Amino acid sequence: MSYEEVIFYFVAAVTVLGALGVVVARNVVHSALFLILALLAVAGVFILLSAEFLAIVQILIYGGAVTILILFVMMLTRVRDMPQALDGPQRPFAALAAGAFLALSVLAAVSSDWPGETEKITVVPFRELGDALFRIWAVPFEVASLVLLVALIGAIILARSEEGE
Amino acid sequence: MIADNAWLDGLIRMGAIALAMPLSVIILTYLERKISGRLQQRLGPMRVGPYGILQGLADTIKLLTKEDLRPQTADRWTFELAPFAVMVPVFLAFVTLPFTADLFVRNLELGLFFIIAVSGVSIVGFVMAGWGSDNKYALLGGARAAAQLISYEIPLVLAVVAVAMIAYTPEAGRGSLNLVEIVDGQGRVPFIVWQPLAFFIFLVAGLAELYRQPFDIPVAESEVVGGPFIEYSGIRWSMFQMAEFVSMVLISVLASLLFLGGWNWPLGNGAGIALQVPLIFVKTSFFILLFIWLRFSLPRLRIDQMMQFCWQVLLPFALLQIIINGWVLVYGWPDWTLGVSSGALTLVAGYLTYRAARQAAEQPVSPRLHRVGSVM
Repeated sequence: MSYEEVIFYFVAAVTVLGALGVVVARNVVHSALFLILALLAVAGVFILLSAEFLAIVQILIYGGAVTILILFVMMLTRVRDMPQALDGPQRPFAALAAGAFLALSVLAAVSSDWPGETEKITVVPFRELGDALFRIWAVPFEVASLVLLVALIGAIILARSEEGE
Repeated sequence: MIADNAWLDGLIRMGAIALAMPLSVIILTYLERKISGRLQQRLGPMRVGPYGILQGLADTIKLLTKEDLRPQTADRWTFELAPFAVMVPVFLAFVTLPFTADLFVRNLELGLFFIIAVSGVSIVGFVMAGWGSDNKYALLGGARAAAQLISYEIPLVLAVVAVAMIAYTPEAGRGSLNLVEIVDGQGRVPFIVWQPLAFFIFLVAGLAELYRQPFDIPVAESEVVGGPFIEYSGIRWSMFQMAEFVSMVLISVLASLLFLGGWNWPLGNGAGIALQVPLIFVKTSFFILLFIWLRFSLPRLRIDQMMQFCWQVLLPFALLQIIINGWVLVYGWPDWTLGVSSGALTLVAGYLTYRAARQAAEQPVSPRLHRVGSVM
């Protein structure tokens, strides 16, 4: 086994265990912490694929910003006092939906015809990435930012109206 | 290359960093106490060794042998892993931080971006410590830490982007995230001349990221009694302390690399290896002394002032700096336009902040701000 494989299996194991922890943990804050672990491990997979830029963005956005905001909100809402909030009468439906989705994914993975030898990975310089993002795909990029902006304004309006202003 | 094997080589280099950093923390704690003594007209530590120089060592032994306490109601794993979540990212940032042209662990193409991204992960540790301690002051401190560190990360990143935009490399022209290239690309004039606005934004945001006075809102003793660290003792508390001092070194080295020309002479380049180490050492020490000096000179900001300053002053001006850099690059204006425009904007930002502070001092605090203060 080459060292890339060793690292891959380690990172993959951490990802899977972290993802399992998210759904198995009885405490919501623990779930959020496991989510951070899983997302950081995914950055490791990106590095193995020589997508360094993507890996660092993954760490910056998911490891350092989004999940912390999730944690921040949880901390301020006293989730610890209500561990049963994760459970509900819709449990069988949720199990059914999740099971069906898992079966579908496994089926797709097993039935698809994977090519044995993949092409050698070529590293894309981040300059080319920037060129592609801001020149060729500028309009989709702007649309995505617009969606985020709308979400931001929506959040501000919601927060404002709750204060009765 | 120190060793033939790339893995062994990396391990040795990282090991050297891991040994040097605790040592520098011991020295820095002694220095900070000594300098604070000077500033407050007292002697500082004098008992252990001549002039108290062994005080740091004595503190280390004390902290290592103290009992590692954990509150009974604390969330065990969150509480115990939080110091690691704070310290590991800070040390990871040193993987790509160059001290001289040859003295680094690995010179990554995206080094600057890597440092910014990885050091952001340590915020998770503060939130873990704050929540896991099961203490209301720790929780408040954790919430404050998350709010402050996330907010100030944005102007910090934007200031760094402004520098990365105008960094010049002979092969690819303008724009680089490689720290060695950024330092060499400064040529004869360091970036503090071309980008004074970005420099001040970086300095203030960096100070806030270090949560030291005047930005010590997350750990304020008189408000939240040490914040997230309130329940920690012994080795785990000292890990937080170490992370704080190591990130102070990190920010200082980064500031001298980005804005003061790193290992080069102030108005020239091509210093030999024997001069590169002292040069970067002097520049880094300057920032560290500045941070210690500020700590004992400025009063703590209120949380609403801290937030307003970040979102209403630092962020818009950081964006302005990036826009101006973009114009200069696109239209190919000469370099001096960068320095003049950035300098003028620095003065405008300073004046606006001064005026806002004067107005705020005259008006009573609005009830809305009282409420914000009561939540955090």
